[in-house]
Parts: sequence; structure tokens; C-alpha cells
Amino acid sequence: MSRFTKEMESRAHQILALYPERRSATIPLCHLAQEQNGYLTEESMIQIAELVGTTPAEVLGAASFYDMLHTEPVGKYVVGVCTNIACLLQGGEELLSHAEEKLGIPTGATTDDGMFTLEDMECIAHCDHAPALQVNYRFFGPLTNDSFDTLVDDLSAGKLESEVPPHGTLSRVQRKHPIAVPLEEIVRHRRDSDAKEGERLAAKAAAESKEGSN
Amino acid sequence: MPLPPLKIVSARAKDPKNVTLEGYLANGGYQGLRKAVLEMNPEDVRDQVMQASLLGRGGAGFEAGRKWSMLKKSDIRYLVINGDESEPATFKDHMLVEADPHQLVEGALIAGYAIGAARVFIFLRGEFALGFERVQNAINEAYEYGAIGRDIFGSNFSIDLVLHPGAGAYICGEETALLESLEGKRGFPRIKPPYFPAVIGLYGQPTIVNNVETVANLPWIVKNGASAFTDLGGGRSRGTRMFALSGQVNRPGTYELEMAKNTFRDIIFDPEFGGGLRPGRSLKAIIPGGVSAPWLGPDQLDVVLGQDEVAAVGSMLGSGSIIVMDDSTCMVRAAWRISKFFARESCGQCTPCREGGSWIEKVLNRIESGAGREEDLDLLMDLCDNIVPGVSWPPQQTTICVLGPSIPSSVAVSIKMFRDEYLTHIKEGGCPYD
Ligand SMILES: Cc1cc2nc3c(=O)[nH]c(=O)nc-3n(C[C@H](O)[C@H](O)[C@H](O)COP(=O)(O)O)c2cc1C
Ligand code: SF4
Ligand code: FES
Repeated sequence: MSRFTKEMESRAHQILALYPERRSATIPLCHLAQEQNGYLTEESMIQIAELVGTTPAEVLGAASFYDMLHTEPVGKYVVGVCTNIACLLQGGEELLSHAEEKLGIPTGATTDDGMFTLEDMECIAHCDHAPALQVNYRFFGPLTNDSFDTLVDDLSAGKLESEVPPHGTLSRVQRKHPIAVPLEEIVRHRRDSDAKEGERLAAKAAAESKEGSN
Repeated sequence: MPLPPLKIVSARAKDPKNVTLEGYLANGGYQGLRKAVLEMNPEDVRDQVMQASLLGRGGAGFEAGRKWSMLKKSDIRYLVINGDESEPATFKDHMLVEADPHQLVEGALIAGYAIGAARVFIFLRGEFALGFERVQNAINEAYEYGAIGRDIFGSNFSIDLVLHPGAGAYICGEETALLESLEGKRGFPRIKPPYFPAVIGLYGQPTIVNNVETVANLPWIVKNGASAFTDLGGGRSRGTRMFALSGQVNRPGTYELEMAKNTFRDIIFDPEFGGGLRPGRSLKAIIPGGVSAPWLGPDQLDVVLGQDEVAAVGSMLGSGSIIVMDDSTCMVRAAWRISKFFARESCGQCTPCREGGSWIEKVLNRIESGAGREEDLDLLMDLCDNIVPGVSWPPQQTTICVLGPSIPSSVAVSIKMFRDEYLTHIKEGGCPYD
């Protein structure tokens, strides 16, 4: 169940067709695999390698570089508390300690029921809402210990399903349009318009030098 | 007194309808693109941008018009929009992307037309899930509206635009790392020369990389003309700038201000903007331009918020962020946290950055936790000197990219400004603010 389903595979092919070189689809396809399985499985990486024309080791090599790509299972909700400078100034570290206590796990771990993974994040660009956090990359903040508890309780009770999809779903809006004009055609066009632009610029330069000599 | 703000890129940001095509069109959307492709030649658009003196809003402040003029001639050239915004305390692109996704799309298309790009890619930070949904929706709507694709608006000009997600790595904001990432690899910055994107960029083709806010200015510039833009601001700094104000200030947020007309004091203390500090608190230091920039003290509040004005006092306007720290903040802890960020985000290719960054983090952590020694201050300066010879500013670069050379600035400047505070930690064996 860890290779792409039929539906996901057709989405994968749509993504591949957006790039002049297939390998560019590596990270989008890793996100797609996480959307299906919650994390990046070995089988997924093997399949992605087939699709983008690299080796599984290269896919793993790329994936392991990026914080959002998880090669081990994570919770349904990945809670990332920012502790960078603007949040630090407003109690981000204290919020992270409180989160450890509330969830009963150290940073980096997942709760036994598979609901929550806790992460310590670098700046998430929500500094005017410090201390801030993300749940599956959806923003929350500013938080107090109490509002953090409410957030966790609401997530556990399934009250935020429409705001926060399960981990791995980056976007609930899909691209609707394939590439409209093939690259070869565009290149012919550009060659043409570059030539015309060259003529215009040459004419302009000639006119200017004539004006100058008058 | 600050002047009443004239807004360009955030003009529609408060209108929630604006995220849809219908709302954007009602607010005058896509008029700039229409004018560009129907009434102007690409070189006319480039001329306007050159005359506007539009400085890049991504951090380095390089003129967009000049960058475009350096693009190597080639049948295939690409445009990549840098929406990776991960510089600590920088959140203006986050706002622009969520609040006005069509403006980004329109701006990207104008730039694509001006440089004759074969395709446009918007590289968006992976953590901006809502932003991704909004921009993807805007792209879908723009295709249906005829603003992207074949013969846009019935002109002869065709172009496709692809939204591409990042996956969490600060270094991918550096333009050559971004291109590596877009090619499906680890985000390792490339060596320049030869890999200047305008010469050898995406898939080895000449490529322009522009920041989100930079291109968000283009619809306005095309619609109103370069001279309306240069009417605003002063010196090289024209138009407006998005500032991201955070830290210990009453009203943190994004503020669009005319360039080179307001001071740090205005944005931090004016009730319209930052609204000052919490009662009874006084200002200790500000970090302008992202955490790579040297800090400024309360005596520098009257420095004007312009590219060259901030550079003249030994710091930088950078990404437009301003972090406010009041007298309740431990400067060692602040410097330590910044160094921790760099140590974590170094891509590891260059020894001074990889090793130096993590050593500095360890020593600062030791001082903050009370186990510091007096020699540690010299050790820190020595480590800084190993990354940036002479600890100069702007830093001399000995590494592949400027992440490494950014590490020493907060360490060196905090020791210079707050040496006593470091010594207190060492003498008392702990943090006086705990
Ligand atoms: C470590 C590092 C991180 C960077 N992060 C970003 C970023 O998040 N967004 C951005 O636009 N530019 C970032 N830059 C600057 C880019 O390399 C590049 O100069 C910029 O995208 C060019 O766009 P502009 O000329 O429109 O400003 C970063 C540079 C470095 C060295
Ligand atoms: S300076 Fe640091 S981040 Fe930049 S390429 Fe070298 S190791 Fe990587
Ligand atoms: S520092 Fe926490 S969101 Fe920016």
C-alpha cells in the first residue's frame, strides 16, 4: 500500500509533466508520497526514483536533507514549535517545554497513540504572532500554555479536521492545468521575438546616432 | 513624524476578497500585465524597471533592472521567483503570498515577459501550506482567465507558470541552492563563478532569480510608470519597502513604508506602527535586516530606513526585518540562539561554516549556562576570525555562500556592545536574567 495508488500515480504523472527535466519532480513527489502514507516509505522512494530517473539512494540523499520529509513514521499531527529569536523573546522555549509536558514526550518523539509528533522549529515566518507554532504546517499563534492545551485537545477531539489535514497533505488545492505550450514551441517563439527586438534596438540606436551627428 | 504611508505591494492586503480572481480584478488586478503584453515591448518593460531603481527585496538589494540586463543571451532562459523566506524574523513574503496571491502571479508574469522567460517557476517555502493553496488557486484562476498559457490576453505572448514546493531547509533561500533544490537535489549552494544564475542557472540555462516582493512591485510600476515610483523614496532607495517588525514591541507586524523617509524610531515607536515598548521597558538593541546583520543600539534609532543609510552605519537593510530587544533580554542568550540557527542550517560543504558555526554555538551555550571562562571571549573572536578574516563588515567571503560569513556578525557585535554582560555570566557562573 506504500507505492502510489492509481489516483496518486496519475497525479504523479501530472507533476512530472510540469518540468523540463523529470528529476525536478523529486521533492513534489516526496510530498505526494507523504500525503498518501503520512511519511516517506522505502517503497515510495524506490518508485519515485523510477519515475524521476534517478536511484533510490539519490532520492533518499535528497529527502534526508529536508526537514519536512520524514523517512520514519510520524504522528497524524506534527506540532512544530518555533524557538527562534522572535519567539525566544516572547517565550518560545517555555512553550516548547510546556508542549513536552502536555504531550508527555520529549521533542522529536511521537506519542504512543500516533497522534502527535513534537518538533523544535526554526523561524516559521509568523514572528508577529510569537510565540508561534505550526501543526502540519498550518499556523497558530500567539500561544499561551492554556491556548496550547486547548489546541491539542481540539486536535485530539477531531475538531480541527477542516483546518488541519493529516500530516503529509501540503495543499488541498491541486493544479488544474497542464503545461499549455510545449517548451520547443516557446523556444521557437522567443527566437523570433528576440530577433525582432534586436531589429528594434538596432533601429533605435541608428536613429539616436543620426540625431547625435546632426 | 512619519509620512502617511502610500502602499504599493500591501495596498489590497487587508481585503479578504482579494485572494480570488474576482476580488483581485475588482481591485484593479491584471491591468499591469495587460498593459505590458498588449502595449509594451519587452525592452520597454525592462527600461521602466531600470529607471524605477527597483532594488531587490530578497536581501542583497541588487537592482532588478541591472540584474535583468546581465542575463546571458540564450534561446532558453528561466525565471525563478524566490518565495523561500526563512531568514529569522522575516515574514513579509509570508504576508504577501497569503494576502495577495494574484499580485505575485501577475508580477511574475510581467517579469517573465520582460526577460522572455521560457517558463516561470515560483519556489515557495514548503511550510507555507496556506500560501501554497492560495497561490495554486490563483494560478488555476489565471489560466482560466487567459493570463497564463497560450497568447495571453490575445497578445502573441505565451508562457507557463509552475508553483514548486520547498521541503524545509533555510539554505534553499540562497539562489543557487534554490536552483539545485528545484532540480531535485540537496540544497547545496553552487560555486560562483562560474555558476552565476544569470549565466549558468536552472538546467544550465541563464536564469533570473527574483524575490517575491521584488516582482510584487511590477504591476504597480508598469501601470503607474517608473517616475511615479521614483517620486517615492530617496537616493538609490525608491518606492516602498515591506518591513517585518517583531520582538519586544507593542504592535509587531508587517508595515509598508516609503523608502528612505522613516527612521527606526518611527517604525518602532509611532503609534501607527510599532507603538513602542511595554510599559517601563527601555530599548537595548535592534537587529535590522535579518540575523546576518550586525545589531544597532538605541543611539542609532534615528538612522533612516534606506539601503545605503543603514549600510553607512555598518549594518544592512537586508530582508527588511527589524527585531526589537528590550532591557529584559539577555544578549548572550540572543546571540547564542542566532548561532544555533546557523549551526543547524549550515549545509556542511565548507569547513569554516560547518565547524566554526557549531563551535561558536557550543561556546556561547557554555557561557550562557554558567560554565564559561574568561578566555572564551577571545576564543569566540578567534573562531569568528577563522570564518571571516579580520571579522570585517561587510564580511570577506572565504566560503561557497554567505551563510558562513554571516555567522560572526551577531557574536562579534554583541561582545563589542555588551562585553560586561558576557563577563557577568562568566563571573557569576550563570545568566543574570534567569
Ligand atoms: C543563506 C541565504 C539565504 C537567503 N534566503 C533568501 C530568501 O529566503 N528569500 C529571498 O528572496 N532571498 C534569499 N536570499 C537571497 C537570494 O540569494 C537572492 O539574492 C535573491 O532571491 C534575489 O532576489 P532579489 O534580487 O529580487 O532580491 C538568501 C541568500 C542567502 C545567502
Ligand atoms: S557557507 Fe555554509 S551554508 Fe554556505 S555553502 Fe558553505 S557550508 Fe554551505
Ligand atoms: S522567530 Fe518564531 S516565527 Fe519567526
